[in-house]
Amino acid sequence: MKKSLHIKHPYMMIIFLFLVMIACVIISMGYGALYIAPGDVLKNLFGISGEYQFIIQKYRLARVILAVLAGAGLGVSGAILQGVIRNPLASPDVIGITKGASLAAMVVILIFPAVPLIVLPLSAFAGAGLVAVLLIIFVRKKNARPSTIALVGIALGSVCHAGMQYMMVKFPGDVNAALIWVTGSLWGRNWDEIKLLAPWLMIFLPILFFLASKLDLMSLGDELVDGLGERSARLRFILIFAAVGLAGSCVAVVGSIGFIGLIAPHIARRLVGTKSKHLLPASGLAGSIILLASDTLGRGLMPPVEIPAGILTAILGAPYFLYLLKQEARKK
Amino acid sequence: MTVKLAAEKLTLSYDTSTIINEIDLEIPEGKISVLIGSNGCGKSTILKALARIMPPERGSVYLDGKEIHKQPSKEIAKKMAILPQSPQAPEGLTVEELCYFGRHPHKKLLSKHTKEDHDMVDWALQATGMVEWRNRTLDALSGGQRQRAWISMSLAQGTDLLLLDEPTTFLDIAHQIEVLELLKQLNREHGRTIVMILHDLNQASQYADYLISILDGKVYSAGAPVEVFTPELFRDVFGLECYIMKSPVDQKPMCLPTGLCGRALVKTGQI
Repeated sequence: MKKSLHIKHPYMMIIFLFLVMIACVIISMGYGALYIAPGDVLKNLFGISGEYQFIIQKYRLARVILAVLAGAGLGVSGAILQGVIRNPLASPDVIGITKGASLAAMVVILIFPAVPLIVLPLSAFAGAGLVAVLLIIFVRKKNARPSTIALVGIALGSVCHAGMQYMMVKFPGDVNAALIWVTGSLWGRNWDEIKLLAPWLMIFLPILFFLASKLDLMSLGDELVDGLGERSARLRFILIFAAVGLAGSCVAVVGSIGFIGLIAPHIARRLVGTKSKHLLPASGLAGSIILLASDTLGRGLMPPVEIPAGILTAILGAPYFLYLLKQEARKK
Repeated sequence: MTVKLAAEKLTLSYDTSTIINEIDLEIPEGKISVLIGSNGCGKSTILKALARIMPPERGSVYLDGKEIHKQPSKEIAKKMAILPQSPQAPEGLTVEELCYFGRHPHKKLLSKHTKEDHDMVDWALQATGMVEWRNRTLDALSGGQRQRAWISMSLAQGTDLLLLDEPTTFLDIAHQIEVLELLKQLNREHGRTIVMILHDLNQASQYADYLISILDGKVYSAGAPVEVFTPELFRDVFGLECYIMKSPVDQKPMCLPTGLCGRALVKTGQI
């Protein structure tokens, strides 16, 4: 097998991804109802000019930070799940986490429209958590085989999906708002959501990076994991718990943005290889870049109308994913 | 003989069906022990239980006289390595990287590899003749080389005891001998105690110091190949009529199947 150049220099590639992400951040802050050139964005950020201070500080900075955080969370979560479940198609969407969050959010939007805004992310997180708990309960009895986890997740996701459709038929009140949430968008998000998301990331990301070497070990299969002195079932439980917590908290604030958790790890794997200590940061950065790019395009394509970022991740992500699958097929 | 690993009244089950029923087993130290038996007789299950990766329903496994399931898994991993049947390697992994996984039980959380780790990996690669392939990815190797790479991982673990589940499956005959000769060398020159499952009975006889035959979840017979290789064994355990002779090369017993009998005929519907 030919090893490509960048896999030999994974750290260079991670730095490159980081620079791309910074560029995306600066460009993204320029787009919106009022266009601000990248140079002016920088001047404002570093306090050289105060011309657009209000727009940037009050709205756009919070939005891009949120995109970076949520994109990274979803990307890392996807990388972990794909490793633990040993299936390249695993992602927070596939194992039902985002569906659980969506159903809970929909219940709040359609049945209790009067509750304060803060309830929405909290209930979404609870929904994601509930699916995760059910997933773990069902899987525990089955000895936690990786394929079982994926199948149980798909089943739970389907139930949530049915619930969402029932809600839309039964309570047609604010279906629009519910749909936008379910698609996933960064619209109207500000520092409050960052305060909500950041603590969770600060808990889960370090745990996951700490466990990176064990995630590599998981790829050898349960019997060898046990033979090398770890406990595969417990390790898988911890890793899934952290990945779900990460995805759940991201989805809670940005809505159920699909495809990032699936695609970011695939992109990262092509750039830095399969070792977790490289793959996890690269997946996070790739996730951030995808979400930033989607959100920026969504705002810039046809202003003043905003296309939700979730739609663009799917439009950009799905064809790229098909391309990846075709490449995989060719390799075999 | 000194006993390295032993099972006492070991009962093993999957869900509700009992696979192994109250067996006693002793693995002699410093020898090559080989488990034989027909498909589905429970050989692999026994090996997994000996390697503590399958918990017993009843009974115990003892390593150096101490109950294995009551010791920390990591401590066991420093004394015993297990190589499952046809393990799957993650994509793009090199032989050397695979070898370093063998050092996992010796690693503290977040610590870097020590000089001892590097030395053990170098030694393991040397012992298996994989030094020149160390930077190759596993998928770029032949079947025999790949199996040697996996064995080098188990060796890097630095254990006295090596358990292997059918290390010769899916290999052509030359690669089978390559692997078996390597294991023999590890036993003779490096004093490793080896327990493995083999399908080829004549290879089992040729390489084993101690043979254990399994029939329907029980130990049928155990001992030196010359004691174990009897016409009754082949009739009862494998359903084969066999002509048993001595190998002209090393005087080890060899079997020449001449036809089916007993249980095999029942299975094929001839009785």
